[in-house]
Amino acid sequence: MQSAVLVFPGINRERDMARALRLISGRAPTMVWHADTTLPPGTDLVVIPGGFAYGDYLRCGAIAARSPIMAAVRAFAAKGGLVLAVCNGFQIACEAGLLPGVLMRNTQLRFICRDVYLRVERSDTPFTRGYNAGQVIRVPVAHGEGNYIADGETMARLEGDGRVLFRYASPDGMIDPDWNHNGAMNAIAGIINDRGNVLGMMPHPENHVEAAMGRTDGRGLFAGLVDYFKQAA
Amino acid sequence: MGEYGIPDMKARVFVTLKSGILDPQGKAIEGALRSLGVSGVASVRQGKVFDIEIEGADRAGAEAALKAAAEKLLANTVIENYRVEVTG
Repeated sequence: MQSAVLVFPGINRERDMARALRLISGRAPTMVWHADTTLPPGTDLVVIPGGFAYGDYLRCGAIAARSPIMAAVRAFAAKGGLVLAVCNGFQIACEAGLLPGVLMRNTQLRFICRDVYLRVERSDTPFTRGYNAGQVIRVPVAHGEGNYIADGETMARLEGDGRVLFRYASPDGMIDPDWNHNGAMNAIAGIINDRGNVLGMMPHPENHVEAAMGRTDGRGLFAGLVDYFKQAA
Repeated sequence: MGEYGIPDMKARVFVTLKSGILDPQGKAIEGALRSLGVSGVASVRQGKVFDIEIEGADRAGAEAALKAAAEKLLANTVIENYRVEVTG
């Protein structure tokens, strides 16, 4: 699996992401600068990592979403290429029109930096085949604007088509406002686009892939992707 | 002043949240105003103002350019409305 990690000014989680990709796929990703206009040939997976691209100026991800590289990413996604967008990456993906809806300020107005429990809603996608449907995983979040919002029609489509892949949950997998720290609609932590090839998620699976980090719950996402590409090859 | 002494035009683009979009920041500001003893404030919603100088004197062109700017970047039309005002 050959991956490409986008780097915008102000992104700060690209090296964690590159490390996770290297450890689990066995291949170091190509780091792609935002001002480039093409992705490396043979790219299987494009990753938009977390951080504070352009300082979150104007709106989170707004300026990064209009970077030169994003035209190539849109074309890649339109042809069915897989895109993983994490945290600021999720915000960038929404601003770029790769995913519907928007991430707004956490309802309790505080930046949240902690581990959360996520329920994996389905396992039959390239991103979640490394998990069981209904499995609860523990991964860190670090965000001030993770409150996923979409209009009624979009929400109905997302839910109806099973495009919510991760929800904030209690440790035993129940959806409960007490366990939805940012107030996101329907406790949505991660969604895919209608074609199923673009995943946006607020939590950071890449930070729970080694024993030294305390947990390895995030490993399944990357291992599942590696497996998916092995099967497809 | 632009080139050849032609004054630039001033414009403002106002970006506000669509009604129905929750505004926790506005609510926090509302609460703070109340704490400060400012009475009679029924609600607060926070928006943005962009002060923009446009070169030349083509008013209609300026409005069109600013509308495009709002659509493409200044407003996220999923959750925000915008209004363009060209003065001067």
